[in-house]
Amino acid sequence: MSAHTESSHGHGEADAHGHDDLGIHATLKGYLTGFVLAAILTIIPFWLVMSGGFEKSSTTALVVLAFAAVQIVVHMIYFLHMNTKSEGGWNMLALVFTIVLVVITLSGSIWIMYHLNSNMMPSQMQDPANLP
Amino acid sequence: MSDTSITMSAGGGSPEALSFHVAADYHPENGTLLGFWVYLMSDCLIFACLFAAYGVLGREFAGGPTAAEVLELPTVAVNTTLLLLSSITYGFAVLEMQRDRQNPMMVWLAVTGLLGAGFITLELREFAHLISIGAGPQRSAFLSSFFTLVGTHGLHVSSGILWLIVLMVQVSKKGLISANKRRLMCLSMFWHFLDLVWVGVFSFVYLMGVLP
Repeated sequence: MSAHTESSHGHGEADAHGHDDLGIHATLKGYLTGFVLAAILTIIPFWLVMSGGFEKSSTTALVVLAFAAVQIVVHMIYFLHMNTKSEGGWNMLALVFTIVLVVITLSGSIWIMYHLNSNMMPSQMQDPANLP
Repeated sequence: MSDTSITMSAGGGSPEALSFHVAADYHPENGTLLGFWVYLMSDCLIFACLFAAYGVLGREFAGGPTAAEVLELPTVAVNTTLLLLSSITYGFAVLEMQRDRQNPMMVWLAVTGLLGAGFITLELREFAHLISIGAGPQRSAFLSSFFTLVGTHGLHVSSGILWLIVLMVQVSKKGLISANKRRLMCLSMFWHFLDLVWVGVFSFVYLMGVLP
């Protein structure tokens, strides 16, 4: 018990000095790299869609989504300064947890509602037994 | 606690070598930034729900105008450019902040605010145009989810501009003190996060919406 009191006392002293340093060291090179990458990753999908895209629109949609995913990672790294070390890893932990929730929300909603739509075809809706 | 002390006393020799518990509580050095990051993640969930709603309802035109008919890609391209430019100008402001150069930083912050205001102006004009041609949020499920998702993002950008103005006043009154730097870093995260969400909006709503 005494060991615990001692250590917490020591910790209080260690924490007493101010933290003017915000732990984030942004660099011009980092911002410019992020900006150029983001610009390229924006122009390509816009050009692709505005010039008509691929023959199958689902292919174009997948390519656009892939570019968006890459650009989001670029924004995370170069603008939001994300890495596995920041805040002792807690930033990354919160991010991973959020990504899990986002994926469940998005894919779950779209999957379930797509199946609901398929099971509510007009033929079934016109059945007199289903009318109010 | 009693278990630990028994173990330690049984070890005899040096207590440091045999401490099986973390001696001190873990405190992140910048608790505010971590807390703000957690807020951003919860905000991300709001947008995820709105994206899911749009994903489900985005093709339900109810006989009204389709996405390809009402969405104008050139306007969106200009909007995207404005927001991306405002991201990099905020980055320049952060770089000046790190060097404690207040005046150049204020200039970059002002440029960021103007670019953001330009974004909001274009978006409001787009909304006004849609409503004037009878494609308001009440027209179809597609337009309801479209206005909710894009409008929520616009509301966030507007709040960001308001926050930016308040911070500029604070910096001009108190200077680049440690608290103001912390606030500027929080707004930096917020602003870049909004640009990140916009990447999802222009890809998922606009670019994929106009596809046949």
